[in-house]
Amino acid sequence: MTAPFLGDDLGPRGKRLTRIVSAVSAAAILAFIAIALTRLADKGQLDEARWRPFTQWPVQKFFLEGLRVTVTVAVVSMVGAIVVGAIMALARLSRTPPVRWAATAYVEFFRGVPLILLIFFSALGLPRYGVELTLFWYLALGLIVYNGAVLGEIFRAGILSLDRGQSEAAYSLGMGYWQAMLLVVIPQAARRMIPAIVSQLVTLLKDTSLGAPIAYLELLRRARINGEFFGNPLQSLFVVAVMYIAVNFTLSRVARRLEVRQRRRLGAGQIAVAGAGEDLAVVGAQGQAAIGKL
Amino acid sequence: MNVVVDNLDVFLAGMRTTVELSVLSFAIAFVIGNIAAAFRVSPVGPLRLVGTTYVELIRNTPLLVLMFMMVFGLPSIGFTYSFYVSAIVVLSAYTGTFVGETVRSGINSVSRGQVEAARALGLTFPQVLRLVVMPQALRTVVAPLGGIFIALLKNSSLAATISVSELTSAAEQIGTDTAQFVPAYLGAAAAYLMLTIPSGFATAWTERKLAIKR
Repeated sequence: MTAPFLGDDLGPRGKRLTRIVSAVSAAAILAFIAIALTRLADKGQLDEARWRPFTQWPVQKFFLEGLRVTVTVAVVSMVGAIVVGAIMALARLSRTPPVRWAATAYVEFFRGVPLILLIFFSALGLPRYGVELTLFWYLALGLIVYNGAVLGEIFRAGILSLDRGQSEAAYSLGMGYWQAMLLVVIPQAARRMIPAIVSQLVTLLKDTSLGAPIAYLELLRRARINGEFFGNPLQSLFVVAVMYIAVNFTLSRVARRLEVRQRRRLGAGQIAVAGAGEDLAVVGAQGQAAIGKL
Repeated sequence: MNVVVDNLDVFLAGMRTTVELSVLSFAIAFVIGNIAAAFRVSPVGPLRLVGTTYVELIRNTPLLVLMFMMVFGLPSIGFTYSFYVSAIVVLSAYTGTFVGETVRSGINSVSRGQVEAARALGLTFPQVLRLVVMPQALRTVVAPLGGIFIALLKNSSLAATISVSELTSAAEQIGTDTAQFVPAYLGAAAAYLMLTIPSGFATAWTERKLAIKR
């Protein structure tokens, strides 16, 4: 796909230049791939022996089980994070100052701290204070606490992005705060937030790999074990990378499609929250306008 | 809180490494990202393909998988670097994809008339990009880039898993040594906030400073 601003056609000279550059760069890319493959072959990395384990069912099962575990952690954490995020968003919009302050403190604190610090704390620190959980829940706890803060910001932005007239109209019909919130504001805001939630799910799915350092047997940990057992670390990591990419690429596509559909329908961009997550950093001019409004 | 005071030197050293990792990686990622964005909007097919492949593959792979590939995978084809250098390489490559996507969206937000005017004046494609489009595009992406830098500050903590002694590994170390987990981790969290919150302010300031009054 060519970017829109190149829409005007190049002249004969530009076309010729483009063809030359294309040929040269294609040759350079092919040369690079050839060198890389030769290098891999020289070091015996393309040997059948290093790849054969992946054709055996026990190994395949080991990896598929890892994928299942990874997806389960991601889904459970996402559900937990949505609940925490919804509570935080409502609390930050609350009219009771102490509630607002508490929620703001929670969101700002956990959003500004690396996820792995939370996971290490939950897995290494909590047992010392008598909190005994399974590794699954140590990992899920870290993911929920962190993503709850991130989603809280996304939800709040979604609620604020709704035209004030909506809640004003609801109040003028005699609805109370919660009635207006639950019946008018949230149903509309929730639809706008769906693409942002799906992109956050991609980030969360990648972040489940942080279970590996605390010895939780998810996909990445299994790749390391398999690599050490068969002496093929590069190949094992390559295989799980492909699995992660397949899942995440599909989810990213879904998010983008939802966003495009929504933009067409609502004439509004994705809700952008500054620093909410890398995936949300991709905002167009419309997103900028949305930030300005917050 | 005595634990933090007693081990202040460890924390400060860790904080310094975290800042080094982040700043160096961001500088490299900025260059990579701009090249990737230029590739993705160029009229040259093979370059577009390279840009798209790089962004889509790296961005959808967990950062930790990339770290492990660099440290445990690449030595088997003869590339062995120190953990510190490996961390910088991986963080730059990963962050570069986000910079690339952001810059590309910035480029696409520059109005078409700008480019048509530049073309009409006889500027070549690289000139159009460098002199007309990029100065406008980069201004619109200051805030997202700031967000990416903050994410990078936090992502640099993954270097702890490949034994680089930065802030997170300092907390882990002190927590395990003294069994005082809450103070050790709160100390590290406070140190991260001391880095991320000013970065947010600096971003807002830069954005105001660079804005063009129309």
